[in-house]
Amino acid sequence: MFAIYKKEMRSYFTTPLGYSFIAIFLAVSGFIFALSTFQTQTSDVSGYFQIMIFGYIVIVPILTMRSFAEERRTKTEQLLMTSPVSITSMIMAKFLAAFTMFAGTVLISCLYYLPIFDYAEPNVGKAVGCLIAMFLIGMAFISVGIFVSTLTESTVTACIGTMGILLGFVGASLFNGLIDVYFIRYILSWLSVYSRYINFTYGIFDIGAAVYYLSITAIFLFLSVRVYERRRYA
Amino acid sequence: MIEISNLVKNYGSKFAVDDISFKISKGEIVGFLGPNGAGKSTTMNILTGYLSSTSGVAKVGGIDILENPYEAKKIIGFLPEQPPLYMDMTVNEYLNFVYEIKECKLNRKKHLEEVRQVTKIDDVQNRLIKNLSKGYRQRVGIAQALIGNPPVIIFDEPTVGLDPKQIIEIRNLIRNLGHSHTVILSTHILSEVQSVCDRIIIINEGKIIADEKTESITQVVEDNRRYNVKICGPQREVLNTLKGISGVLSAELTGERELDSYTYLIESERGVDVRKPVFYAMSQKSWPIIGFEAVGMNLEEVFIKIMDKASK
Repeated sequence: MFAIYKKEMRSYFTTPLGYSFIAIFLAVSGFIFALSTFQTQTSDVSGYFQIMIFGYIVIVPILTMRSFAEERRTKTEQLLMTSPVSITSMIMAKFLAAFTMFAGTVLISCLYYLPIFDYAEPNVGKAVGCLIAMFLIGMAFISVGIFVSTLTESTVTACIGTMGILLGFVGASLFNGLIDVYFIRYILSWLSVYSRYINFTYGIFDIGAAVYYLSITAIFLFLSVRVYERRRYA
Repeated sequence: MIEISNLVKNYGSKFAVDDISFKISKGEIVGFLGPNGAGKSTTMNILTGYLSSTSGVAKVGGIDILENPYEAKKIIGFLPEQPPLYMDMTVNEYLNFVYEIKECKLNRKKHLEEVRQVTKIDDVQNRLIKNLSKGYRQRVGIAQALIGNPPVIIFDEPTVGLDPKQIIEIRNLIRNLGHSHTVILSTHILSEVQSVCDRIIIINEGKIIADEKTESITQVVEDNRRYNVKICGPQREVLNTLKGISGVLSAELTGERELDSYTYLIESERGVDVRKPVFYAMSQKSWPIIGFEAVGMNLEEVFIKIMDKASK
């Protein structure tokens, strides 16, 4: 498993993919951060994270689109699947590599907070809570991306498909104001990654939301394993 | 070492592998021979754990590949039809990755050097795989299968894309591997299995139609009594004369022509050498023979012969 993890990490940095991810991530997050804190003259970063969830819809698929689609296209998955590595550890290795990239870049972007200390006393506890929520949301998004990537041979399809599903997850509750039926509103906001984040913006660490994000991660990783197992029988 | 019993793999109503069984003992080099789409690759993919069978058992070294894939995969080296290469790695990075993923315990530096030397890729070890020629890529693929010195080595069409000199080298390599490993290789080239393998398993449409020592199949192939003869002379008369020679079973035009000469395909009766009578008959009429060659059998014809032989 470690061998595949190492290989994935290396391939992020021997191809332009890893660099473009970091560059796009930092550019987008820097811009949003400046707008949502300095521009609005607040030291509260929870709003920044809230907007970033939409950014992740576009950014995360860059990270995951290749993971299995590329292996399948170039037939290198045959090497992985005939090596003494279980399907689960193969998928976990790829997941962890993508998450390392994601978490690493998020941590780099934390440098943005430093200037805030210059002119205000930000609520560090709340920021850390939001940061943890970001990691959890990242995990959920990456597992969706990995899952979509196992379904196709084309990285472009994987990328667009992932964006579609993520948009659904984030945007499920966005139009709740237009829906009259309470029951549907309830389900949509239950499903929405975005509305579950709201509590974090109030400085509450919402265990329910954390469990929800982790569940999405687990479900999609499990589905990816199933896709691979099923393909062997197909 | 390898045991396959009643293996079936079907895709809906299409049977890729239809109830095949065989055993391969240690140190044997076995050739899988069959036309494209015969089920060679499918059998190999099942044996290496890439695909699952619909029913039947595949065991490697006594371990069932479905029940204990982890242990079974450890003792197999596999070169798939398309070598599984990461194009953005150098040869060395790639071999190191394979070394790690196979959980190889041998001395890394020494072992990798050995593998590189045996497959003659030492001089490209620091180049990116995407910049290598097809022949080199194929050899890197072979090197990959040898890492960890697995007792069972499976090659799916190992000589595709190599030039004639490399083909000979790879065949020698496989022959040498046979001293200490069990090797299965698939091909659709008859002469390849003849030159390398101890035993030949012929597959067609998912079924085994022959499983014999190489010598006995070679006998079938050499029991060849057909010739292409190129003769200058009037078409119809030459044909009639040829048919009139005793020992000639049939004669026909192949349709190939060159200035004033035509090519005729003649088949002789079993145990009769018609070459001299044909020469004398033609020289009597002053129709010069300008070409005379034995016609090699293609795979389909060998199949037909072998199936004939089996039904007798």
